Amino acid sequence: MATMAFDRLPAAPQESPDNKVYFDGCREGKLILGKCKDTGKLFHYPRHVSPFTLSNNVEFVAAKGTGTIYSWSVARGKEPFCVAYVQLDEGPIMLTNIIECDLDSLKCGQKVKVKFKDSDGGAPVPMFVLA
Amino acid sequence: MKNPAYIVGAFEHPTRKAEDKSTAQLHAEVAFGALQDAGLSASDIDGYFCAGDAPGMGGLSMADYMGLTKLRHYDTTESGGSSYVIHVGHAVEAILQGKCNVALITLAGRPRAEGMQTGTAVRSFGAGVPDESFELPYGRTIATMHAMVATRHMHEFGTTSEQLAWVKVAASHHAQHNKHAMLPKVVTVEDVVNSPMVADPLHRLDCCVISDGGGALIVARPEIAKSLNRPKVGVKGWGEGYKHQNAGGIDLTYSAAAMSGPMAFEKAKVKPSDIKYASIYDSFTISVVVQIEDLGFCAKGDGGKFVADGNLISGTGKLPFNTDGGGLCNNHPSNRGGMTKVIEAVRQSRGEAHPAVQVPDPSLVLANGKGGNLGTRHGCGTVILERE
Repeated sequence: MATMAFDRLPAAPQESPDNKVYFDGCREGKLILGKCKDTGKLFHYPRHVSPFTLSNNVEFVAAKGTGTIYSWSVARGKEPFCVAYVQLDEGPIMLTNIIECDLDSLKCGQKVKVKFKDSDGGAPVPMFVLA
Repeated sequence: MKNPAYIVGAFEHPTRKAEDKSTAQLHAEVAFGALQDAGLSASDIDGYFCAGDAPGMGGLSMADYMGLTKLRHYDTTESGGSSYVIHVGHAVEAILQGKCNVALITLAGRPRAEGMQTGTAVRSFGAGVPDESFELPYGRTIATMHAMVATRHMHEFGTTSEQLAWVKVAASHHAQHNKHAMLPKVVTVEDVVNSPMVADPLHRLDCCVISDGGGALIVARPEIAKSLNRPKVGVKGWGEGYKHQNAGGIDLTYSAAAMSGPMAFEKAKVKPSDIKYASIYDSFTISVVVQIEDLGFCAKGDGGKFVADGNLISGTGKLPFNTDGGGLCNNHPSNRGGMTKVIEAVRQSRGEAHPAVQVPDPSLVLANGKGGNLGTRHGCGTVILERE
């Protein structure tokens, strides 16, 4: 059995001064992580405040765009698609979709790589395909 | 009178579809029901507790609508479906601090009449919510996010769909005795795993119902509880906890009950093995499994085995749970099940549950609420009730 993921058009993300650096990165094909300069720790989602120290001593770095599926589910229905948490090779886990895949053979631990997908009138958003 | 405060009134609205009533009206009806149950009147209320389901700013519009004129304490802690369990703890603390004597807690809503697709539609809290730009484009729903908790639990601990199904089977065994239950039919493990897949690995029968209705509780100081002609249900322990995505350090294997539960047990100075009945928030079957582990009824990862083979069924299992049928079979008013969890725990404590599901020795019972989304951000509240 195989069920191909429906090629859905993602809703446009709301952009703000806080997340602009992330979605500007998406426009350039870069997956941006936050980095706390107080602790050296990386975080998702990026923001101008460190979720480790609450200081604004943060910078933004590009991730390699590779990772593994931490968990997943398929929203069933006429247009089925996969919602997943992907653990980036740098460490943080992010919510995303696994696209262009057979929805009936997904597994935790599968290797994936980022693919940016146009949204409905907004910035592209990072999704993942099987590596 | 050994406990700092007592639940002296409890009322669950019998409606499951309230096309002919407003939300404010439902709040008032459950408040009146709980006052009648307690033997008190509206003029006795000096503390009011409500959450995001109450129309208007905080509790102001409901206090106005209900004519509460003696208020000197007010708490609108919002933590989704767990709010009302947390409110019980806050009411006890307010009573201990002398801020009020008689606390009213209300919940009501009508998502069913309004045609809400609670679990399978993308829901937004509006502009400016910082996490939503990173979630809404992916079409995440309540169902898929809880399903990911189940997927991970299965991956790490070998939990099976059949084990999850036992949670629903147990709830259905209880619901058959509840004349108000939306799904009173007893179901089997096969029925659950053969029902349509909603969000892998959760089937339709792994999901709770969508219902209208509501409930109310009255918490009072010991002197007042003593003066009333009702069973003495003391609040012996209470706790709350909050969990989120932790900057991307996500661990889906536990809930905030891992914080709220130990806090409540420590206050009550009892242990999980002392608990004779537990109301466990059952938005989905997996929610119950995770909370049962986090509350210490079994080791982390053993929840699937623990709930299997009828272990949650009153009369046969070790941990009778949700004897009203819970959210899975009875109701889930306003998509917020914490209130009804406390109400059924109070019924059990009083010995007023349906005779077919009443536990023989309800000396200590527990209610746990979970509100928000198990897979993203949520809060849990735990209360331990002692029958005196």
